[in-house]
Amino acid sequence: MDKIKIENLNLYYNDFQALKNINMSTQQNKITAFIGPSGCGKSTLLKTLNRMNDLVEGCRITGKVLLDNEDIYGNIDVNMLRKRVGMVFQKPNPFPMSIYDNVAYGPRTHGIRSKRKLDEIVERSLRLGAIWDEVKDNLNKNALQLSGGQQQRICIARALAVNPEVLLMDEPTSALDPISTLKIEEVIQTLKKDYTIVIVTHNMQQATRVSDKTAFFLLGELIEYEDTEILFSTPKDQRTEDYITGRFG
Amino acid sequence: MNRLSRLSRLSRLIRYTIKFSAIITFGVLFFIIVYILVRGIPYLKPSLFALEYTTENVSLLPAIITTIIMTVLALLISAPIGIFTGFYLVEYARSGNKLVEIIRITTETLSGIPSIVYGLFGLLFFVTALGWSFSIIAGAFTLAIMILPLIIRSTEEALLTVPNLLREASYGLGAGKLRTIFRIVLPSAMPGILAGIILSIGRIVGETAALIYTAGTVAKIPENLFASGRTLAIHMYVLSSEGLYTNQAYATAVVLLIVVIGINALSTTISKKLTKGNIDG
Ligand SMILES: Nc1ncnc2c1ncn2[C@@H]1O[C@H](COP(=O)(O)OP(=O)(O)OP(=O)(O)O)[C@@H](O)[C@H]1O
Ligand SMILES: [Mg+2]
Repeated sequence: MDKIKIENLNLYYNDFQALKNINMSTQQNKITAFIGPSGCGKSTLLKTLNRMNDLVEGCRITGKVLLDNEDIYGNIDVNMLRKRVGMVFQKPNPFPMSIYDNVAYGPRTHGIRSKRKLDEIVERSLRLGAIWDEVKDNLNKNALQLSGGQQQRICIARALAVNPEVLLMDEPTSALDPISTLKIEEVIQTLKKDYTIVIVTHNMQQATRVSDKTAFFLLGELIEYEDTEILFSTPKDQRTEDYITGRFG
Repeated sequence: MNRLSRLSRLSRLIRYTIKFSAIITFGVLFFIIVYILVRGIPYLKPSLFALEYTTENVSLLPAIITTIIMTVLALLISAPIGIFTGFYLVEYARSGNKLVEIIRITTETLSGIPSIVYGLFGLLFFVTALGWSFSIIAGAFTLAIMILPLIIRSTEEALLTVPNLLREASYGLGAGKLRTIFRIVLPSAMPGILAGIILSIGRIVGETAALIYTAGTVAKIPENLFASGRTLAIHMYVLSSEGLYTNQAYATAVVLLIVVIGINALSTTISKKLTKGNIDG
């Protein structure tokens, strides 16, 4: 079954149309990569999937986004939607508080108060983020004192702590060094069995390394959407080929 | 003479000029403080701190108590309004909102008005029109209006420095607006907001012009909010203008100086504590 289905989606920032009639769907437990040159609308599309665009003034949307066959732009609780569809941002953005409180913020938001329960969630999430061993002895340390790569894994753990079904990642490694990048790619691979993941990336090697399917965007349009192997080996559209062979963008 | 040595001579000249200006700035401050301390400390006698003011002891204790009452009152009125306004402007108002424009223009205008004008307004409105006569309450309201722009501005600036990334992270986890504001935005903005409040305290403690026409100059501890009373700054102003108690005026200045330095020290410690401390989710 389709986990997320996008139907005839158009998005406008005031008069500017940033997304043009997007139709696509992603399956449960698959990793989908969005690629395309800067400004083509990757982040914008990603943010429509958990309605982070609601925060942008002047942003208008037509069309549908279905999560488990339910229109998320219909009559739903946005906070519950964002609990189900978590997000990791391009720049690591831990809260200026302890590692523990960072990860516990989400569960506390959704009403979990028991210390034992929280301890459990924090440990499990940090393990999933492959950062537990590095921080288990200083959970009270301020998260801002960690390195960028560690901060990003804390942010992944924080997003996982609310037990989402879908994880959206907007260029999660673009601000990181190669070693941190590899660590995070490993994390993404292990998460696949339990989560549906959509990842935006500028790095085509990364897309081939981690994703099952890849979508190529250009100027707000979805040009080609295929199994990653096929898209990179035998692209159907000339523009896709030009992009992946580095002829523009 | 070659270019290089000319340049190095120029840079040396600039360096000396900068050093010289720094020394002058510091020197003036140092001179003022030492001068006040030397003139004032010999006259800091226990009688100056008597509970009752008389023309013999010219006690400043009633003035200190009045200052505290005045500060607390003015802040009680102004801080909630100012902080809420700041939050409204940054967190709630949409850009291009007419009300926002009006608030911005008003605060900017208000902050440029000399304090004597606030004093005259207080005299006409609170003292005369509302019939509160010269009183603590009239003075406090006048001061509250005077410091309002300062509190709004500092709250606004403190909120603007909180990175949007943090708000997004919170919303992204399914937190609502209120939780995001109270758990994420407010703790990060707190030092800035407090700095504004402490700056306001400084202005209240040092204010004279706005109070002479509203709170009056009675030198007793006020019995209720509708009684007249003088703050430390007014007390000093009256003493020095009467000419009979110049020495005591200097002693009062020493106390005022200590209070102001104390407030500054307090503000630095508070904001250091706050920025260091963890926030519990
Ligand atoms: N808040 C906004 N208001 C107006 N226009 C916006 C806004 N955000 C993005 N845009 C515009 O929408 C288009 C798509 O932006 P988006 O950030 O989605 O691109 P992107 O593919 O993620 O690019 P990048 O690879 O640089 O992150 C761009 O032309 C951008 O200028
Ligand atoms: Mg982007």
